[in-house]
Amino acid sequence: MASLDRVKVLVLGDSGVGKSSLVHLLCQNQVLGNPSWTVGCSVDVRVHDYKEGTPEEKTYYIELWDVGGSVGSASSVKSTRAVFYNSVNGIILVHDLTNKKSSQNLYRWSLEALNRDLVPTGVLVTNGDYDREQFADNQIPLLVIGTKLDQIHENKRHEVLTRTAFLAEDFNAEEINLDCTNPRYLAAGSSNAVKLSRFFDKVIEKRYFLRDGNQIPGFPDRKRFGGGTLKSLHYD
Amino acid sequence: MSFLIDSSIMITSQILFFGFGWLFFMRQLFKDYEVRQYVVQVIFSVTFAFSCTMFELIIFEILGVLNSSSRYFHWKMNLCVILLILVFMVPFYIGYFIVSNIRLLHKQRLLFSCLLWLTFMYFFWKLGDPFPILSPKHGILSIEQLISRVGVIGVTLMALLSGFGAVNCPYTYMSYFLRNVTDTDILALERRLLQTMDMIISKKKRMAMTRRTMFQKGEVHNRPSGFWGMIKSVTTSAPGSENLTLIQQEVDALEELSRQLFLETADLYATKERIEYSKTFKGKYFNFLGYFFSIYCVWKIFMATINIVFDRVGKTDPVTRGIEITVNYLGIQFDVKFWSQHISFILVGIIIVTSIRGLLITLTKDCGMEETVN
Repeated sequence: MASLDRVKVLVLGDSGVGKSSLVHLLCQNQVLGNPSWTVGCSVDVRVHDYKEGTPEEKTYYIELWDVGGSVGSASSVKSTRAVFYNSVNGIILVHDLTNKKSSQNLYRWSLEALNRDLVPTGVLVTNGDYDREQFADNQIPLLVIGTKLDQIHENKRHEVLTRTAFLAEDFNAEEINLDCTNPRYLAAGSSNAVKLSRFFDKVIEKRYFLRDGNQIPGFPDRKRFGGGTLKSLHYD
Repeated sequence: MSFLIDSSIMITSQILFFGFGWLFFMRQLFKDYEVRQYVVQVIFSVTFAFSCTMFELIIFEILGVLNSSSRYFHWKMNLCVILLILVFMVPFYIGYFIVSNIRLLHKQRLLFSCLLWLTFMYFFWKLGDPFPILSPKHGILSIEQLISRVGVIGVTLMALLSGFGAVNCPYTYMSYFLRNVTDTDILALERRLLQTMDMIISKKKRMAMTRRTMFQKGEVHNRPSGFWGMIKSVTTSAPGSENLTLIQQEVDALEELSRQLFLETADLYATKERIEYSKTFKGKYFNFLGYFFSIYCVWKIFMATINIVFDRVGKTDPVTRGIEITVNYLGIQFDVKFWSQHISFILVGIIIVTSIRGLLITLTKDCGMEETVN
């Protein structure tokens, strides 16, 4: 059973937004009872059925790497974190709906992770300037998740949700807003669960299946061609 | 008339300090975080403003600026406000925010924070019992009681920080203590870290698969929650979940290892950066300063030990002696007492400020949190 294929997804975001609770909810379908500070990186595994309900259904392991700290950490901490950004197949960006700065910091988080992957010489961009073009040719699927939805008051909800919709558009990603202490937000069949499933399917596709059978330009992922797991599928 | 002018000068300077404290809080301390409770920022700025005003008044006293009666009035007012903040407001708010973080007590947080504050007041009062403060002139509930306690605690803290700074300062500044860190060391440690993460992942995969097969077979794995759940789980357990708890324990140990490796790697990166920094001009300048401060600190430790062992009161500290020597040998006209006071004041201030930061960093490193905290 351990011979299933795997994909690696990073979970990034500021301290205290709820990444550990989210990862626990996604992997163990239970609410995390005693959240405590995560030092370094904590990993959890989710078993995902790719293309569930179709004859091509296949089970994959999705590794959720919960890396954290803050964007303003010392550069020694950033260099240490960079070791986790190797060969990433998808990124989940988590922000706190009650905390505007955590949403703004998502740009810097994504730059930190993506630049590490796209430039394998190990040069880290430290000024954090956001450039939309850098996301235009980004091949790694992104997902934006907003937490602590229950703490937003009813009349402020609309304004907050419009802001997060703009944020998700900037990243060219789907967005999910939920409360990590309530599993009903990700109940099977709900729109959130469907979006999540679609995101994981997209990550698996990008990793294991190529669209036209051609090599995706500029992606220096040596594993893709060395392991012989290359499959080319044609679908409409 | 002069009283009004003096008051306006004091109030303007107070507002300036308040603004400076506010900006410092926003730009430096909370650069990457969002301020939820503005109360905290206000209290910080107010305390900062009043402390700076007291410092300013002392300088004015020494230099003889402003009318002495208005100085006295402002001094008393400042003292009352600062004592009020220090003894009543800040401990109450600290207790309130601590209690709000504990989930169990969230409902009655006001009540519990009052209880916490009363406990604090009790111990604060008890602290002053061995002091010979109570005299028939002053009575129980007077300002002298509060000032004496605050003063004693403050001087003790300053002495502790000064001592810690004296030891920490040479260690931090001098490049003699820097370990030699090569890139291969860092790579080896990173490889170990990734290997540990891989081991954790493979165990978690087994757990996830076991859970999935259990779920599909219909046995639902209930994690024991609460006190009675824990007692129940001692007697009853399904075979699948026993396997899980075993693997979970192994995973816990591996996760602890990965945390330690992560902190060690961050440490190595930091040391490597310090080595590179010490090769630049700025680094060399700070290294030189470090040697100078180290000698001063070592001398202070030495003299303090001698004073304690031989039970004598120190007559003059090295700064005053140094200035006296320069005055005598170089014949420069110098008001020795005045300047030596200020220079030693400034030196101790610098050492305390740098040592507060060093102390906090060392403390959080011991608790394993540091800046790598999620």
